[in-house]
Amino acid sequence: MTETATAPSGPSGPLAKILTPSRASGLRTSGTTLASSLLAVIIALGISAVMLFITGKDPVTAFTTITDTAQNTDKLLEMMRRATPLIFSATAVAIGFKMNIFNIGVEGQYLFAALMAAEAGSRISLPGPLHIAAILAVALISGAAWAGISAFLKVRKNIHEVISTIMLNYIALSFIQWLFNSFFRDDSVEGLNIKTTIIEESGRLPDLVEGRLNSMFIIALVVVAIFWVVVYRSTFGFKLRASGYNPTAASTAGISATKMTVIALLLSGAVAGLVAMQSVLGETHAYGPSATPIQLGFAGITVALLGRNHPVGIVIAALLFGFLDSTSAQLQLADVPNSIVKVMQAIIVLTVVIVNEAAVRRTNIKTAERARAELAAGSGA
Amino acid sequence: MSSTPAVELRGIGKRFPGVIANYDVDLNVRAGTIHAIVGENGAGKSTLMKTLYGMQEPDSGTISVEGTERRFKSPSDAINAGIGMVHQHFMLADNLTVLENIILGSEPGRRGIIDDTQARTRIADIMSAISTDLDLDMPVSELGVGERQRVEIVKVLFRGARILILDEPTAVLVPEEVDELFVTLSSLVNDGATVIFISHKLDEVLQVSNDITVMRQGTTVAETTPENIDRSGLAELMVGSELPSPAGRTSDIKDDVRLNVENLTVMGVEGRPAVDGASITIRSGEIVGIAGVEGNGQYELCAALLGLMPSSGTVTVDGADLTKATTRQRHDAGLAYIPFDRHREGLMLNAPLWENTLLGREDEDQFGKGPLVDAASVRAYTVDIIKRFGVLTPNETTPAFALSGGNQQKLIVGRTLTTNPGVLVAAHPTRGIDVGAQAAVWDEIRRARDNGMAVLLVSADLEELLGLSDSIAVMFGGSITATLNPDDVTASELGSYMTGTYEEVAS
Repeated sequence: MTETATAPSGPSGPLAKILTPSRASGLRTSGTTLASSLLAVIIALGISAVMLFITGKDPVTAFTTITDTAQNTDKLLEMMRRATPLIFSATAVAIGFKMNIFNIGVEGQYLFAALMAAEAGSRISLPGPLHIAAILAVALISGAAWAGISAFLKVRKNIHEVISTIMLNYIALSFIQWLFNSFFRDDSVEGLNIKTTIIEESGRLPDLVEGRLNSMFIIALVVVAIFWVVVYRSTFGFKLRASGYNPTAASTAGISATKMTVIALLLSGAVAGLVAMQSVLGETHAYGPSATPIQLGFAGITVALLGRNHPVGIVIAALLFGFLDSTSAQLQLADVPNSIVKVMQAIIVLTVVIVNEAAVRRTNIKTAERARAELAAGSGA
Repeated sequence: MSSTPAVELRGIGKRFPGVIANYDVDLNVRAGTIHAIVGENGAGKSTLMKTLYGMQEPDSGTISVEGTERRFKSPSDAINAGIGMVHQHFMLADNLTVLENIILGSEPGRRGIIDDTQARTRIADIMSAISTDLDLDMPVSELGVGERQRVEIVKVLFRGARILILDEPTAVLVPEEVDELFVTLSSLVNDGATVIFISHKLDEVLQVSNDITVMRQGTTVAETTPENIDRSGLAELMVGSELPSPAGRTSDIKDDVRLNVENLTVMGVEGRPAVDGASITIRSGEIVGIAGVEGNGQYELCAALLGLMPSSGTVTVDGADLTKATTRQRHDAGLAYIPFDRHREGLMLNAPLWENTLLGREDEDQFGKGPLVDAASVRAYTVDIIKRFGVLTPNETTPAFALSGGNQQKLIVGRTLTTNPGVLVAAHPTRGIDVGAQAAVWDEIRRARDNGMAVLLVSADLEELLGLSDSIAVMFGGSITATLNPDDVTASELGSYMTGTYEEVAS
């Protein structure tokens, strides 16, 4: 075979193998995925218990604290609140993963989008829904624009998106700081809590449960639903997945790798732009270096990984992480270091990756065996 | 001469799903000789060498090395038995120096400290034994192809190999490098080593080897020596003395030109054209075969026709100029493609068959409901393909990887031919599939041809080329060097054209 590359292919090798879920057919696989994820969570809890025990803390107390939290309605709302931005960032990451594009730049994209949306929102005044829609539009466009830089670099300059998105995270942080300090800062506010000008009442998204959960949670679920329809049911989504499954076969079939790369990164960036909207539209009504949550982009990679880039998986994984985060205060009160939550999250992800890989491999072997067996039976009859 | 053979294979067989790669292979390599193994692409040479080098275990048969029966579970077992392999694609680390590459994996020294002096002394001994000279401190990235190959050879010897397998070693070399390689090989055998030399270049084989084993269709068919055979005799052994009867061709070539290619040129990686000014005209109902030793521009020709590689020259299909068209526009104009490598270019192995059917056809109205995929329609369509083309599969939701190669190929052929293309570019349409599937694929291509399709058939299987083609163009070094009538060309003549030595034969 002549070894001639015909397409700018996505990343391959062990990393891609881990991050791109192998996929067989139908519900059987979804069942396996769910079962193996559940198994992984249980294993992770076991490992966490051992770690607690070694550090001289009582695992039973810790787990009782966690299960008690689950019975507390306020805490469940807290879980959903914390899950909301994770759903957006994980979806953003998953869109890229679907065609083997690694958008590590969600962090920079959403912070840039948050600043632009908050600033734009504070400068305009429109009737309620329009004001909110305008702010969301600015967030979508800003996120897409920031990701668009990586798309341009990839298709025009052949720079791998992992490098460009990581670097653009750093650039975004400095750029945001400069924009904020030089132009967008509300000078009337002093001290640590500096912010952009507060968005007017019309540009605030109402709470679902007063003071507990903002309507952004609903928007997150809607976005995930759209993600599902687009990726798994639409012609465009098929092209996207085909480019991820086998980039060479996709371009041989006439699916433009360049076009798909650009669209995937722009869409990923646009969804990333919504990550901090819960804060901007529903909580602080402004962007502030200490008020706007950070690190959600990186957490999104983990959640996408845990959710196997599947819409339902992402929602479940985001809720799980949101739940674990929401228990940290209680754990602290019970004299369990709340860093155990982060450790547990990390262990869960690691075990999920390992257990899932093993499960997928077994499923694939079984599928091949079953195909052979069915054929043998068919020809015998 | 020692009576114990260096390598003795008896009854080696190896099956892959749907393919018999080797059966009843017998090989007797005398110690201290250069032993050539010749055969067409797909004759099973590489499979056999992988077996001998421990990259795969045979299903049957025995391997003896220097009189001792061996079982190789991995290449390291083969290395321990004194067998070394110089791959066609070099396995060198570009950023490391020659020295580092040679000792990589078998570094002399103690407690993790490399004994540089010892390494250099041993390498110097090896190099003088095979009368070669390399700058050990030069990074490999700065070496030419011939020098890289010598680094590979020294590396293999450094690991203690006494039996060297060279897989198509001259494929990548220019003529003077080939001569240097042969000098190296002669010094090797003079030094007591044994060389197994895989090639399909008959002149070289006759020039350099002591013994020749011919492989055809998965098995060893003849053993001979250069003294007892000439080039055309060897070519006939390679392709089989019984040439396929072209009588099966009942083509009815119409007047209308469906594919017209003029002066197509594709630049290769080394700045040398991979395809050099190729012009091809194919009419409705005509099959034009492309013969050539692999790597003479056939892939690049097809890729350029499909718009997968930049090229100059013009391509028209049914009168429509596609020179600047995208791949998808070319598909839409009726240009279809059965790819060289079905796994790499043709299939999404982890996806169900029906999604593989959809690949490349997802924009067709019949498979869409607005922006959404009409899965029910695609699945029904796939079931039709499965029935009509005899794809053996439980159902249309089975993932592609679960199928045998022949059935995967039938799905690709089905997906391609059901678009009713005006022009089909078919690259090795029956490579690596079993006989039944082969006949089915041929029948389908013939049927579409009878309905007016024009076919460009690239194949390494001379039987396929002679049996299907109305005319055969030979590609050599990127150019079309001859256009032959399959009715009055012999296999050995075709072989000579393919190796670029026809004039000598004729004179």
